[in-house]
Amino acid sequence: MTYLFFSYFKDLVGREVTVELKNDLAIRGTLHSVDQYLNIKLENTRVVDQDKYPHMLSVRNCFIRGSVVRYVQLPPDGVDIELLHDATRREARGG
Amino acid sequence: MIEFQLFRALSFEMSTGPGLESLVDQTISVITNDGRNIVFQWDPNLQHYSFVFPLPNAKGILKGFDQATNIILDESHERVYSTKEGVQQLVLGLYIIRGDNISVVGELDEELDSALDLSNLRAHPLKPVIH
Repeated sequence: MTYLFFSYFKDLVGREVTVELKNDLAIRGTLHSVDQYLNIKLENTRVVDQDKYPHMLSVRNCFIRGSVVRYVQLPPDGVDIELLHDATRREARGG
Repeated sequence: MIEFQLFRALSFEMSTGPGLESLVDQTISVITNDGRNIVFQWDPNLQHYSFVFPLPNAKGILKGFDQATNIILDESHERVYSTKEGVQQLVLGLYIIRGDNISVVGELDEELDSALDLSNLRAHPLKPVIH
């Protein structure tokens, strides 16, 4: 399953995403890369609520550890529901 | 020193995915799971390292890392945010942080950072990560 989402996120490289962390911080940026742990690297980052969270004002590129990611908000046209349906069903059947 | 070389060697073996290779020897800002911010800053005028840090955020020079995101930071300091006073910086020095405790490793843009007026920056400390 992890591999499925790893490939899925790899297809989203170059797209604009918002990553919400488990400490409530939300970071928006261009998806640069992703790995097997779903660690994420973002470029041109901006914290969504900069007034409340000025802690990353001088950071424009960052590495986010996969274990602290709560949500990844995707561009609407980045979600192919049919494709995900098929892939998840195939995995549920055992490949 | 030996440990550093070991970590550096490990870091060069990793080539796939969003590794931390590009951040080695850069000034970085680390946010830990308990909300600290650790930073390292280079002051070109003084020709030596000056430190600033607050505890939920730490910054420092990234000396090494491995695939579990364990990292070695040299000359790091913590930036402590509060709503009562401006950002306080505490000197930490050489730190090894276990990957489990790391939320974000950010590349610090020196130009943007020197433009910040930390003494007048007030904010709540970051919340700890709740899994």
